Amino acid sequence: MAGVDVDVGTELRLGLPGGGAEAAKAGKRGFEETIDLKLTLPTAGMEEAAAVKTEPAAEKTKRPAEAAAADAEKPPAPKAQAVGWPPVRSYRRNVMTVQSVKNKKEEEPEKQQPTANAGSNSSAFVKVSMDGAPYLRKVDLNMYNSYKDLSIALKKMFSTFTTGNNLNEGKLVDPVSGADVVTTYEDKDGDWMLVGDVPWEMFVASCKRLRIMKSSEAIGLAPRTKDKCKNKS
Amino acid sequence: MGRGGSRAAPAAAAPPWHALPDEVWEHAFSFLPAASDRGAAAGACRSWLRAERRSRRRLSVANCYAASPQDAVERFPAVRAAEVKGKPHFADFGLVPHAWGAAAAPWVAAAADGWPLLEELSFKRMVVTDECLEMIAASFRNFQVLRLVSCEGFSTAGLAAIAAGCRNLRELDLQENEIEDCSIHWLSLFPESFTSLVTLNFSCLEGDVNINVLERLVTRCRNLKTLKLNNSIPLDKLASLLRKAPQIVELGTGKFSADYHPDLFAKLEAAFAGCKSLRRLSGAWDSVPDYLPAFYCVCEGLTSLNLSYATIRGPELIKFISRCKNLQLLWVMDLIEDHGLAAVASSCNKLQELRVFPSDPFDPAGQVSLTERGLVDVSASCPMLESVLYFCRRMTNEALITIAKNRPNFTCFRLCIIEPHTPDYITHQPLDAGFSAIVESCKGLTRFSVSGLLTDRVFKSIGAHADRLEMLSIAFAGNSDLGLHYILSGCKSLKKLEIRDCPFGDKPLLANAAKLETMRSLWMSSCSLTLGACRQLARKMPRLSVEVMNDSERACPLDSLTDESPVDKLYVYRTIAGPRSDTPSCVQIV
Repeated sequence: MAGVDVDVGTELRLGLPGGGAEAAKAGKRGFEETIDLKLTLPTAGMEEAAAVKTEPAAEKTKRPAEAAAADAEKPPAPKAQAVGWPPVRSYRRNVMTVQSVKNKKEEEPEKQQPTANAGSNSSAFVKVSMDGAPYLRKVDLNMYNSYKDLSIALKKMFSTFTTGNNLNEGKLVDPVSGADVVTTYEDKDGDWMLVGDVPWEMFVASCKRLRIMKSSEAIGLAPRTKDKCKNKS
Repeated sequence: MGRGGSRAAPAAAAPPWHALPDEVWEHAFSFLPAASDRGAAAGACRSWLRAERRSRRRLSVANCYAASPQDAVERFPAVRAAEVKGKPHFADFGLVPHAWGAAAAPWVAAAADGWPLLEELSFKRMVVTDECLEMIAASFRNFQVLRLVSCEGFSTAGLAAIAAGCRNLRELDLQENEIEDCSIHWLSLFPESFTSLVTLNFSCLEGDVNINVLERLVTRCRNLKTLKLNNSIPLDKLASLLRKAPQIVELGTGKFSADYHPDLFAKLEAAFAGCKSLRRLSGAWDSVPDYLPAFYCVCEGLTSLNLSYATIRGPELIKFISRCKNLQLLWVMDLIEDHGLAAVASSCNKLQELRVFPSDPFDPAGQVSLTERGLVDVSASCPMLESVLYFCRRMTNEALITIAKNRPNFTCFRLCIIEPHTPDYITHQPLDAGFSAIVESCKGLTRFSVSGLLTDRVFKSIGAHADRLEMLSIAFAGNSDLGLHYILSGCKSLKKLEIRDCPFGDKPLLANAAKLETMRSLWMSSCSLTLGACRQLARKMPRLSVEVMNDSERACPLDSLTDESPVDKLYVYRTIAGPRSDTPSCVQIV
């Protein structure tokens, strides 16, 4: 093993895999041939963690026939999605979502109702901008059931722009001044409204985009303030 | 003198070669286009180092944090074309915290200062602001090429600055960026006297553009070769644009769907018939296939076809592709299905690159009949196929072994079996044998992505056989530290390694610390790493930057965390710039 910087703690040595317990648990045809070297397995805690990770794989190899039969009998249950898996670029994902929603809407104009969108399989992506943040985000309004859920998600999304001031732990603040912010949205008619005034389903159906701005700027927010966004040059 | 081959002037001896003036070497080095060759020459001796760096025209910075912009500008003062890449690749899939970094501003500022003659700038996965674009427009009097790939942070206001300020712009190439629409008519800011455009790609722009302005621009830019439109351009306008630019070589149609009208069909057909030089085609085509035959006249000449945003399926799609006998590059959705790929296999024998994307990646049932069969057929019949990206839902070792035997010339093989831990669906074994066959057969493999149920065995093969491998992507694979150890102790040419959700821990990382300095970067997320190991790594290897990222909810100072604390995300890269100072609170440098 020339060139390898061996640390005292890693204990590389020759020998057959002693961690046979793990291989056996996996239930696969394990390493039948001699392995050239072995890294000492770490503490019990990590061994468990590693074993836990191989278990799901083991379950799958042990009972693929059962799994296949189960799949055939009933509609597949929605699986918990790992973040960023499968590895399809976010850009591509957004474009395809918009396209498939458009296609569904074009195919079924009669079935389209605003309230049907909430909790359905289609998505309602809208852009979210925060004054002072360098770039936009997108949220799928159909992922949430209430203003509270949306507010939690927005806080998570933009929290990296906050000052991290403990006093404001529960609220989003403007990254520069630390002042309170409010969330506004542009509705179907192009008017800018404060979020929270109308019933949730009505909001989801009419919201085109969101903007988080300083409270001071939002005072007197009326239908006439729709040109705010277009003033940048 | 009489000796054959002696030089003309006998009196003055020519200077010894090592004392030739720098300008001679600079001229000689200008014949070395490859950066690696120039790098090798620069390493030979001090005078070559000096001559090479002073004459280097093209610079590629693959990791924006590997060196500071000031270093780059100082070392290579004659650069005319620079490319800088920022975020790790897994940022494409949302794994990198959003405010991670990769700001383009310091690079633009340094370039404005040190490279006034800069002509080309390309940023990938970086945050580019409107201010950056304004600075570019104002700082480089001969600026010609702007390429932004997978960037964000700018709006149409920045594009307006480019249009208004860059008199000699030849290429404006915007690929898959997030661009805020400020309803500014940026296209109209190209002056009437402006005619130098060769490439215009605004396919990722979401807003409307003024079609009349676009038409006038296209008309007066007689050298326009690449035009990629966005979704706002309707089909009838496409026809008139094509009539104004029949010399076009690459076309992105934007949205390609409308109700069928025979008049419109005839117009399109005539417009395409006039495009004798059209070689590359792309677009976001919706499911209505009625207009596809309008393209038939250009099919024979096409070398590149990107239908990866096209939700077309069925016999019309296959009929269309089968006419494209000279295709070298094909990107499609899995809607093409196995029988479609069989048609590709028999019609497109010159195919070099195939990518098949999932139309519905989150649908557990998988309505689309695309399996290992399609890939086997294409690899059997397309002798020049060397690059593959393939999403499917099932695979067998036998199929992979067959593919490996058929196509030892793969340089890039990326297979994504959508459900993690999926075994060989016939034998229920791990797919170790199949993926091993690929690395053993394809000696020139430089990029590899593995998936499905895999044990440490496959990594043993990869470590031992993949001598030319530069980039490796691993997800939900392996069963112990040995897997990672095999990779890091083998893979002689490895530059980038990205791993997620694998049971790899601290030991192999620390045992192979030196290897990391020979690589560009390592990404590990959702593995079994502890903070203590990261600290140890950072202490041992001062020329590596060790970045740790945890759930942004838990952005507490690292000092208070114990060595045993788990590390959710690790990004390690070599750098001569020392620790960066622009980390957000959820990222800490150990």
